[in-house]
This record gives sequence, C-alpha cells and structure tokens, in this order.
Amino acid sequence: MNAHAPIPTLDAGCDIRHERGQRAVFCGLTGIVWLHRKIQDAFFLVVGSRTCAHLIQSAAGVMIFAEPRFATAILDERDLAGLVDANEELDRVVRRLIERRPDIRLLFLVGSCPSEVIKLDLSRAAQRLSRSFHPDVRVLSYSGSGIETTFTQGEDACLAALVPEMPRAPETGAPALLVVGALADVVEDQFARLFADFGIAEVAFLPARRAGALPAVGPDTRILLAQPFLADTARALEARGAERIAAPFPLGSEGTTGWLRAAADAFGVPAERFERVTAPGRARAAVALDLYRDRLADRRVFFFPDSQLELPLARFLSREMGAELIEVGTPYLHRQHLAPELALLPAGTRVVEGQNLDAQMDRCRAAKPDLTVCGLGLANPLEAEGLATKWSIELLFTPIQGYDQAGDLAELFARPLKRRARLEV
Amino acid sequence: MQLTLWTYEGPPHIGAMRIATAMKGLHYVLHAPQGDTYADLLFTMIERRDARPPVTYTTFQARDLGADTAAIFQDAVAQAYERFRPQAMIVGASCTAELIQDDPGGLARALDLPIPVIPLELPAYQKKENWGASETFYRLVRTLAGGTPTPRDGRRPICNVLGPTALGFRHRDDLVEITRILGALGIDVNVVAPLGATPADLGRLGAADFNVILYPEIARAAGLHMQKTFGQPMVETVPIGVQATIRFVEEVAAVAGVDPAPVLAGAPSRLPWYSRSVDSTYLTDKRVFIFGDATHALAAARVAATELGFKVVGLGTYTREFAREVRAEAALHGIEATITDDYLDVEAAIQAAQPELVLGTQMERHIAKRLGLPCAVISAPIHVQDFPARHSPQMGFEGANVLFDTWVHPLMMGLEEHLLGMFREDSEFHGAAAPSHLPRHGVEAPVAVEAASVPAPAPASLDPILVTWATDAEKELKKIPFFVRGKARANTERFARERALPLITVETLYDAKAHFGR
Repeated sequence: MNAHAPIPTLDAGCDIRHERGQRAVFCGLTGIVWLHRKIQDAFFLVVGSRTCAHLIQSAAGVMIFAEPRFATAILDERDLAGLVDANEELDRVVRRLIERRPDIRLLFLVGSCPSEVIKLDLSRAAQRLSRSFHPDVRVLSYSGSGIETTFTQGEDACLAALVPEMPRAPETGAPALLVVGALADVVEDQFARLFADFGIAEVAFLPARRAGALPAVGPDTRILLAQPFLADTARALEARGAERIAAPFPLGSEGTTGWLRAAADAFGVPAERFERVTAPGRARAAVALDLYRDRLADRRVFFFPDSQLELPLARFLSREMGAELIEVGTPYLHRQHLAPELALLPAGTRVVEGQNLDAQMDRCRAAKPDLTVCGLGLANPLEAEGLATKWSIELLFTPIQGYDQAGDLAELFARPLKRRARLEV
Repeated sequence: MQLTLWTYEGPPHIGAMRIATAMKGLHYVLHAPQGDTYADLLFTMIERRDARPPVTYTTFQARDLGADTAAIFQDAVAQAYERFRPQAMIVGASCTAELIQDDPGGLARALDLPIPVIPLELPAYQKKENWGASETFYRLVRTLAGGTPTPRDGRRPICNVLGPTALGFRHRDDLVEITRILGALGIDVNVVAPLGATPADLGRLGAADFNVILYPEIARAAGLHMQKTFGQPMVETVPIGVQATIRFVEEVAAVAGVDPAPVLAGAPSRLPWYSRSVDSTYLTDKRVFIFGDATHALAAARVAATELGFKVVGLGTYTREFAREVRAEAALHGIEATITDDYLDVEAAIQAAQPELVLGTQMERHIAKRLGLPCAVISAPIHVQDFPARHSPQMGFEGANVLFDTWVHPLMMGLEEHLLGMFREDSEFHGAAAPSHLPRHGVEAPVAVEAASVPAPAPASLDPILVTWATDAEKELKKIPFFVRGKARANTERFARERALPLITVETLYDAKAHFGR
C-alpha cells in the first residue's frame, strides 16, 4: 500500500531508499518498559485504550512485577461520548494512583493514539495536576502514540518532556558534558569513570536515576547522545543553548572509542591522555570480541527496521566482526545525528528507511541471510522458515554500550548461530 | 476512565485475530496504527506459532489523518487479496481507527472482491477480547454456514465441535480429548471450528446432526444461530472434571442416539480414586479461591468442591457476560461472587478470603506469590507457560487427571506434611527447613520458606487494630509445625482483632484454636 518506487540516493556512500506501507514495529509506549526501570521514582500513566494496556503488558512480557510503576487509564465510551468530563475523570484516576503510591515523585501522563485523535490535552492536564500535587509530585506529559512515534521514539519524547524542567546552568564559560539517553546504570558508571579519568570535571546524565536529580543545561552544556533516536530531545536541549557533539554511537569498541574521542576532543583532552585512559578498555574489548569473530565473520546479516539502533549495530557487525550487510532497515533515519555512522558503513550498503512489510519479507527470504535482526513478532515465523534471527528488543534491555559490553553485544548476535550449530534435533 | 495495572482481556479486535489465526484461508485487514502490530507476538511468541497471523494492518500515521486514511485502507485490502488469495476476508477497525470512522465494511465492499468480505463492528471502548472472538465467529458463521444434514438411515451420527481458537487456554489439547471421546462413542466430526477450519468448511456446518459448544464465551452465539437456522441441537455442558465429563458423554450420546455405556465403563479417570486415597484426606476443606474466565472458574468451583473436597471460599470471573451463572454458582458455596476486571479488586478479595490455595490466572499467580500462597493456573489471560510441550488438557477424563495433579501438587503432599510433623525436632527437619519439594536454590528458595512459615503481613486497610504477641505466646506459636503456623498466626490475630484484644497470650492462642477448629 502506498509503496513508492524506491528512489536510490547515494548519501555518504550508502544506498539509501525509502519505503512506505505496512509496518511491523512497536509504538512509543513500549519505551515505558525500560524508562520506568531507569527513573526509579517515576510512574508512567498511559491515557489510552485497552489496546495500550494490552500492548505494554504483552510487549514487555512483564507480568513479573506484582505492582509495576506503569498503568493505563483506559478510556471508555462515556469518556468519548462526552458524558463525563475526561479531565475530571483523569484527575480522579491520578488521585487514586497517588494515594496508592505515595513513593512517586514524578508522574508522566503518556499520550496514546486514541488520546491524540480525540485531542485530549495532556500537557494542560499535567500542568493542572502538577499545581494540585505541588510540591510532592511533579506531573509531565509526552506522547507515546503509534501515529506519532515508533518504538524508541517514546524515549525521545519522554526525555524531551524533561528538558523544560532542567534547571538553568550558570554561565561560567567552562563547558560541561551532558550524556543523553537511557543507559544501564552499570554502563553509566563506567562512562562516568572514563570521563573523570579524562579530567572532564562536569559530567551529568539524562535521564537521571531520580526525578529530583535533573541535570542543569545552558550555553556551556555540550551534549553527547548515547542513543541514536533522540532527535526531539537534542533539539530541545539545543534550544536551551546546548551544543551537540557529533559522534558515532558507543556500540562496539570502535564506536565507543569514536564516541569518547568526540567528547575528549570537545573538552581539549590531550591525545596522550585519551590513549592512556582508553587503552585498557580497548584491550579488554579486543579480547572479548575475538571470542565471537569466527562465529560472525562473513555472515550475511539482514536488519528489519525496529529500534533505530540498526545503523550503529550494522556498522559494528560489519567493521569489527567482519559480517556482510545485506540490508539495513531503520524506521527513521536522522541524517545529521547518524552522519558519522553512515560515513563508517561500507560503501554501497543498502539502507532502507521506513517499511513495506510483505515486500521486505520477500527480499529477506530471497536473500537467505545467515542472521536476521527483527522485531519480536517476526522472529519465530522467520525461524520456522529456516532463518536464524536475533530479536531486537533485547538490544534495548541489555547493557550493550561501552568497551566492557562490546563482547556481550557480539555474543547476542553470535548466540542464535551457536544455538543452531548446537542443536541436533 | 478506568485505572488498570494489568488487563485480563485484550481489546475485541484481538478476539477477532484469535479467530482469524485459528482458521485457514481467511484474512483479516485491520485498520490500525503501527503500534497495534504488537499483536503478532501474542501468536508467534506466546503460542510459538510458526507463521505470522493472517492479518494486514494499515499502520496509518498522524500525517495520514489529514489526508486519506480511507484510501490507505482500500489499498491494504486490495493488496492483501492479491497477495494471500484468501477464501474470505474479515475487515474492521481497532480502537484508534474506530475514532476516525472510515467505515471499513463499506470501503471493502466498494472494491467488489470476488470473495465474501465480512465487516466486523467491534466497539473497542465497550467490549473486550472474548466478546470480539464470539462476535467474529458468529458473523463468519452467519455469513458462510450452509449445507443440510443427510438423512440418518444407518449412517453414523456427525457433529461439529465449536469454540477452540488460537491463543486459547489448552484448546489444542482439549480438542484431542473431546475428539477421542466422540470417536469412542461412534460419532464422526463434521467440522471443528474455528481452529483449523477454512471458510469453505464453515459452508458445510449445516450438514452435522448437532453442535458441541466447548467454550461458551466464544461459540455460544454461533451455536444459537445454527440451532435456529439449521435446527441443530447444542450440547453446552463443558466437560471439565469427572462429573461434567460423564454428563457431557450422556448428553452427547442422547442427542446422537448412541450408547454411552462403553465410554463410561471402567474407571476412565484416575481422579476419583486419587481423591479417595487416604493421602488425600488432608485436602479436605482446603480453602480455595477461584478466579478466571467464566467457563474455567465455574468448572473449577464444581471440581474443587465435589471432586477434591476443597472448600470454595472465593469465586469470581472477569467475564461479565456470564456474571449471572457465576453468581449462582457462588451462592451454592455460600459466598458472594467477585465479578470484576480490576486486578486490585481481585487482590483484595483474595486477602479477605484467606485461602490456602489459589486457582486463577497468571495475574492471581503473582498475587499468590506475593501473599506466599500456592497457586495453579486454570484460565487465560494466556502466558507462554500455558502452552506446554506435553499434552495437558483440561477437558475430558484425561483433563480431570491433569486437574488433580496441577491443583494438588502446589499444596504440600499430605504424607510429607505428616512425616515432617513427626520429625520436626530432627536437625534435617527443623522448623525453618523448607519442604523438600520446594526449590532450595535460586531466588525462589527464601520465598518458599517464607511461604510455608509466615503469611505476608496483611495490608493496613484490613488490619486496623494492631495486635501484639506476648513473648510466651510467640514461643508457643513456634512449637506449632511450621506448615500450619502461618494459618495459626492469622487465625489467632483475627480472633484477637474481632474481640479487640490488644495482647495475644498463650490462652488467646488456644482459645482461637478451639474457636476455629482444626
């Protein structure tokens, strides 16, 4: 449907095409699953339909927390027919929630497809509720709707909503580093140690682990994106005077070095110091990656669009593990943020932005890749057709960034191949 | 607007997907935004199906809303027809598309496809998954069912088996049991639907002598329609448990005009003897709380009370469509039914009922875990564990065997309980040792020990009066075997609270024991 004839455009040596049609991706609500683990005193209230509630429950496979820090305010007929004031209903639901969970300091009202379509103004509702719960609970809003956001864009929308809340950094003339994008705590701590060893004094992370610990932002702020899907957040930070440091993303040893070097250069870290600080990490990553190179070298890999991590992952597999890229799908390609990644991909790599599911599955079947990276819904059908798959949501839940996780990242891709080799039934 | 932490049922279009995915040669075009495609994983990950569901999503975006979402829908229908060449199609909207009112039925009709295209009206803001499955199946049957029974003269009786779907709780295995019973009775199966049926098969439904309705939530509406249209009687008894299975066999035999005796001869299920076996005496009056869909909750209440000798202290369902039946069954047990789809209400009801065993859904499993109670899962919402590799039916005589095992094993085995009591002062069996069948390793172990010895503290709302234990009473409590200590503690505290006794002494402990018995 609406499939446009692919128009190849050569961009930084890649063969970039666009596709429109049926997509098989999660919506931005899915980000709640990792964001609520990251911001430990935040609660995410989706204002949506039963489908939204069912999605989060199913996508996360998370019927594991007896009482999670997310919930859905399910709209019913009465809310839509205007029989009740949806705003009053929302206030009632939020009051009940906050009574039940006095530990909550930050509440996100998360917009959904239905709330967008009926134009329920959640930002006004958030302001109103923020006033009424001040100073105990701050209420913010963002949209995770599937008509606006794809999968990881939910995190972008959430972090962008935090930006106006960030205190103004005093203008001292000395640059301060702000690392943007949710990282596992262990990874964040590793990066913090490296930046400290570089001698960069002022380093902060967004999102912070606690709602009350939001970092400051101002003209002295230099932002370093840890995730490739943060277009709106970067724009909002830039609007507050921050400057983005262009860099590849910290996936794999090479990516991590490129990412750290971009920051080091921006902060005037001497080359010798950079080499000294990063040498042990690079050495460990080299050892760890060696373990999986045989398994991944010369393997032909096909990426379905899913998390927007596809380009950096493809670059890692191709340059560090010797894999061959058949097609790199991505739901959205931010040319500017991804420019350093595009430059590193092998010339002629086919990058497909957007999706036309059935056509893409036909291409995948025809190409018979050794490894297919895809969403959860497609993995078993492709396995049943004889293709080894790596389902991509695991790449969001697992710490994969930095030197000490480079081996883990390679292992995630090597495991399906190893398993296939192992099984005799 | 309803605050929901977990949902028992998905939206109604998920029900329609369960029908479409169960069938062959049927395609579903769903007008829906991209996020709704998560539904694929229910079938491919939870049920481990080896193919995508036969569903095309239009995945319209915000920028399409101002333009022409109707054209997107029509293109999707036309392309799905070209690619999949189904015998029939169903078309409809998910919650978001319902709001933009594109009329999928009319748009699809305008394409004038050479196959039946059945529009579905599934109000997403009123109805839920099982209703959606029932409505979809009914619409399909109403549109496609045809055929007439041939005269009996000497031929074997034939029936349809209606109800099993994709993503159904043990539907796969139930169907094997029911088909086996029908075969043993000398009855042929005309069509099983929706599981495995094509639209063309639905066209032959009228050729059967009668219909067997396995899951009334899904197939009753279709069954009633066929009763009216084709004059086919329905067998509605849900054969879960020994007695219900016997009743089912007798009813089917009566409708088909065959002799049930050979099938009922001997001891077709082990459950009756296992229940009478002396080691089962400890099951007597075990307090059990039951919650699930109506079919499974109703059956579980009857089996628990009359086939295992439990005491049903709580019964409820999230299936509002069958609230009346569940209320009536609860009244037979002298309790009030919990009819809700609010997980928090169910949790409160479980706490108030103080059960010793919970038979529920995956949600109740988590509640039970938190409260330190044993639990067995009897109903959807579905979980990957509900698709075991082994044959594990709920229905029929083998199903009754499965029920005995899965409900009794979470409880401590009677003889083991007895022996532990005898040897409790031995070093291997000291008060804090966990029963040997509970895991000792991994993170679960401490929870299991807790579970056996100390009940989770009741929430503040249920425990308004604080009671204190005197030191000697606390010591005395420790002499009670640990596996009944939790209950003794709870009963004593309840006894003290009801009498507003601020301090529990040794006397209070024994007064309470005398009051509650056992």
